[in-house]
Amino acid sequence: MNSFFQRKYIIQGIFLSVVFILIARLFYIQIIDDRYLDFANNNVLRRIIVYPPRGIIYDRKDNILVQNEPVYDLMIVPKSVKPFDTLELCSLIDITKENFIEKFTKAKNFSPVKASLFEKQLSAETYARLQERLFQFPGFFVQNRTLRKYPDPIAAHVLGYIGEVNEKVIEASKGDYRQGDYIGISGIERSYETLLRGQRGIKRIMVDVFNREQGPFNEGKYDTAAVAGDRMVTSLDAKLQQYGEKLMQNKLGSIVAIEPASGEVLSFISSPTYDPNLLVGRIRGNNYIKLLRNPLKPLFIRPIQALYPPGSIFKTVMALVGQQEGLLNPNTTFTCNGAAYVGRKRLGCTHHHGTLNLMGSIQMSCNAYYGYAYQRMIDQSPYGSPENAYQVWRDHVAKFGIGSKLGIDLPHELKGLLPSTTMYDKWYGKNHWSASTVLSLAIGQGELGVTPLQMANITAILANRGFYYKPHLVKAIGEKKVIRPEFTQKNYVGIDPQYFPVVIDGMQRVVDAGTGTIAKIPDIVICGKTGTVENPHGKDHSVFFAFAPRENPKIAIAVIVENAGFGATWAAPIASLMIEKYLRDSITRPKSYEDRIINASLLPGDVFNASGNVKKEEKAKDSKTVTKSSIITQPKTEQKLSKPSVKSEKAPIN
Amino acid sequence: MNNNRQQTSPFYNVDWTTIAIYIALVLIGWLNIYAAVFDVEHSSIFDITRNYGKQLIWIGTSGIIITAILLIDSKFFNFSAYGFYGITIILLVAVLFVGKLVGGNRAWFEFGSFRLQPAEFAKVAACLSLARFLGSNNIKLTDFKDQLKSFSIIFFPVALILLQPDMGSALVFFSFFLVLYREGLPSFYLIFGFCTAVLFVLALLMPIAYILSALALVAAYFLWNNRRTKKYYFLIIASFILSIIVVTGVNYVFNNVLMPHQRDRIDLLLGRKVDPKGIGYNVNQSKIAIGSGQFLGKGFLKGTQTKYDFVPEQSTDFIFCTVGEEWGFVGATVVLGLYTALLMRIIQLAERQRSTFSRVYGYGVASIIFFHIFINVGMTIGIIPVIGIPLPFISYGGSSLWSFTILLFVLIKLDTNRNGIIR
Repeated sequence: MNSFFQRKYIIQGIFLSVVFILIARLFYIQIIDDRYLDFANNNVLRRIIVYPPRGIIYDRKDNILVQNEPVYDLMIVPKSVKPFDTLELCSLIDITKENFIEKFTKAKNFSPVKASLFEKQLSAETYARLQERLFQFPGFFVQNRTLRKYPDPIAAHVLGYIGEVNEKVIEASKGDYRQGDYIGISGIERSYETLLRGQRGIKRIMVDVFNREQGPFNEGKYDTAAVAGDRMVTSLDAKLQQYGEKLMQNKLGSIVAIEPASGEVLSFISSPTYDPNLLVGRIRGNNYIKLLRNPLKPLFIRPIQALYPPGSIFKTVMALVGQQEGLLNPNTTFTCNGAAYVGRKRLGCTHHHGTLNLMGSIQMSCNAYYGYAYQRMIDQSPYGSPENAYQVWRDHVAKFGIGSKLGIDLPHELKGLLPSTTMYDKWYGKNHWSASTVLSLAIGQGELGVTPLQMANITAILANRGFYYKPHLVKAIGEKKVIRPEFTQKNYVGIDPQYFPVVIDGMQRVVDAGTGTIAKIPDIVICGKTGTVENPHGKDHSVFFAFAPRENPKIAIAVIVENAGFGATWAAPIASLMIEKYLRDSITRPKSYEDRIINASLLPGDVFNASGNVKKEEKAKDSKTVTKSSIITQPKTEQKLSKPSVKSEKAPIN
Repeated sequence: MNNNRQQTSPFYNVDWTTIAIYIALVLIGWLNIYAAVFDVEHSSIFDITRNYGKQLIWIGTSGIIITAILLIDSKFFNFSAYGFYGITIILLVAVLFVGKLVGGNRAWFEFGSFRLQPAEFAKVAACLSLARFLGSNNIKLTDFKDQLKSFSIIFFPVALILLQPDMGSALVFFSFFLVLYREGLPSFYLIFGFCTAVLFVLALLMPIAYILSALALVAAYFLWNNRRTKKYYFLIIASFILSIIVVTGVNYVFNNVLMPHQRDRIDLLLGRKVDPKGIGYNVNQSKIAIGSGQFLGKGFLKGTQTKYDFVPEQSTDFIFCTVGEEWGFVGATVVLGLYTALLMRIIQLAERQRSTFSRVYGYGVASIIFFHIFINVGMTIGIIPVIGIPLPFISYGGSSLWSFTILLFVLIKLDTNRNGIIR
């Protein structure tokens, strides 16, 4: 019966070897081969990026300039939807039933189990109403996002805008940005991007085979919280900025106002401007194209990108440099016979000023005086050759911030133009040029290119009697109110303080009894200087810069109105109104004085005056060329400026 | 007095080792079913709307079945073996006509929300009948006639099950060859079966000409070795011819007998096809679940692949994935260790029986359980093509748990009489 007893061991052997094979295989896939854990994580883990709110931007008085506006997207997961009162939902979010069916079908076609967008950007009010009822609509949920919002549509050029990152940035960022992320593209949004964007959080969630969320991975142990972007307190005065933009409406040009004692930019106006709310959310794309095609170039940041010869305001710099070099003093006199004759050159003047001292030359803005002064600086200096003398002069001028970037905390700043000796050597040949050759530099014309910001900075230097802080727009970063260290350093321009009073006296008299009396404000001592910048392409640019009050100045301002003629006509009253607005917060001058400015339209080609729109486009084209060419853009200038155009010295005015 | 009361208790003389392993496996099964389909909304393990709650019902009713079996006189099982067999055959025929069609198979009776799979019970009945047959006098498995009778007992239900068609359940019946082997079936059958399987796989993996040449070389070697005696010439030549028939028949069987999904599963296993997103999805996900468990596993209820439905059939045929994922290599080895202990204990029980009926039945139990473990675990870790059969005592399902419980406890009942007279 039991003759096959031995076979028990064979059967047990078979059992044990099979179990051994199974365990060996388990050992291989569970312990030796570690790819399976990755596969499992790929199946189940989803990294979700938690976006922090972007930093809020304030003006110097803690008024909000940019905030985040929550918008609510109504999302749908079609498979989770159960029968509900369709009409109620339609009326809550204000869509028609047909529209509802269309959206529902679209979502279902996209994916029955994945969440898709049902209705984009509900307002806060709609959301509030909907939220109470949301439980009645299974399968629907609300996802909030934020958009940038500008409570007052001002300072577009300062604040800049944000937009989706492009491929290049994503690649260069090494993982900081992903497709669909937003990044500051211009303005403060760009220059403080890394601080404003905050720190993204990462949430790991688990999903099931249908990609439905199943809760946090490992109780969120590996999740990182999002850190909100830093708040930025800008130096702008929102009221002043708004007022300035109003004054500059229908004009081309810039206003830059700086607090001399700190370098803080109080207002930064580039006209024409645009409503920053236009470049937000769904409407951004279309509006951007419209702005880009606008012949008046509202996206052009004039205060740091438009280059103008400084014109007569440059005489203040000339007076300071001349004194520092010991070539001029308050008693130095030259006689103006309506022109200066330097070498074979004639430098025309507006009047026969007769004999003027240094202060008088500023007050009267005498071209001839500076023609002779320049001759003394370059041709009769103790530095040997005109080249050497020019180099000394150039070094002085460069210290005023001309010809280099001031380093304001905005992207795309241009450095301007201050010709080097080598450039003139190349043009005229070594030792073949002298004061007369480059005579127009004496009155701030010729190959000089200065941005409005640089002009305002020169005013601040005058107000401070010899130094400046780098102009900047952000005065406090984050909760700790940090300021960039470079903005707290004094930059001396190498002119001793004792040389300033005579120039400042002259500037005070410009307003009190000179070319800029229109800017006079009762009980506020303004020191200013008018300028009329020669524009070979059209009407001259009207320039005025000033600081006030004379003692302990609170504001230094530069105003330039393109194609507006004399400095005194437009720029000076604008500057004057800005100063009073800032110092007094109200205007004491008659309303007509203010209205004249606000209502004036000084746009080229009458684009906005055209009642019939028939020829609008053609005219727009005209104005575009005018606008473009009247502004010297730095990179092209050096190549395009040619000898003949420089040699033909017209008589600049003022 | 005391002795008498003990004898009347249904648990008198039962083998507690086997019962302990049984209870351990059933509880492991219940916890893993809970983990496999766990979701927070139904977090109570007693929730009878979920598989784990239902499994508790199956476990409870198994308790009743166990008590009943232990109360029945052990003679009853020998006596009614053929009766059970007859009933299951009738059920297997009936299910072909009134069965519920699930996944292309007509394998289930449906009574409301309750389902019964007759093939599960046919295993028990076939096991009993085989024991009854081999236990009768004068049976010699070396005799071809007795071999044929045994084979008929085994393959009659197989034929009916293949009509459903349920390949997995049908294959299980081949495990009875181990029983027959123990009782004296010539080794030739096992060797032939093993060689056939190897040749089948080889024939699918490499050109037939190679295999035929190799076979010819082997045959020539043996013929040369035996050239003096010429003793085994007939056997060698017969084996050679048989091998040739197997090898050349493989492609025919593969392409004409097997169904497309079965061909796919074999192709996947042998690496002749790779398609982790399509036909290979189940096995791939199953391997990912188990492989990601690594040494210690992810922890109870922390498995993600099974819980979030990446693994299909995660509470029934692929329940071992949850074991592997949540308890790791350690847990999987412990479960396989428990099974091994159970198998070894059953063989021990079988060998200590005085009646051939009980011994044969014991081997039958061991062989069926062994075959299920091998196929099921082998399938989840990708060394066996996908064949849908449950993991004994652990997989979710009333029919499966009941039939394995009956299978095991009939043996335990028979074992309580190990000291009695031989019948």
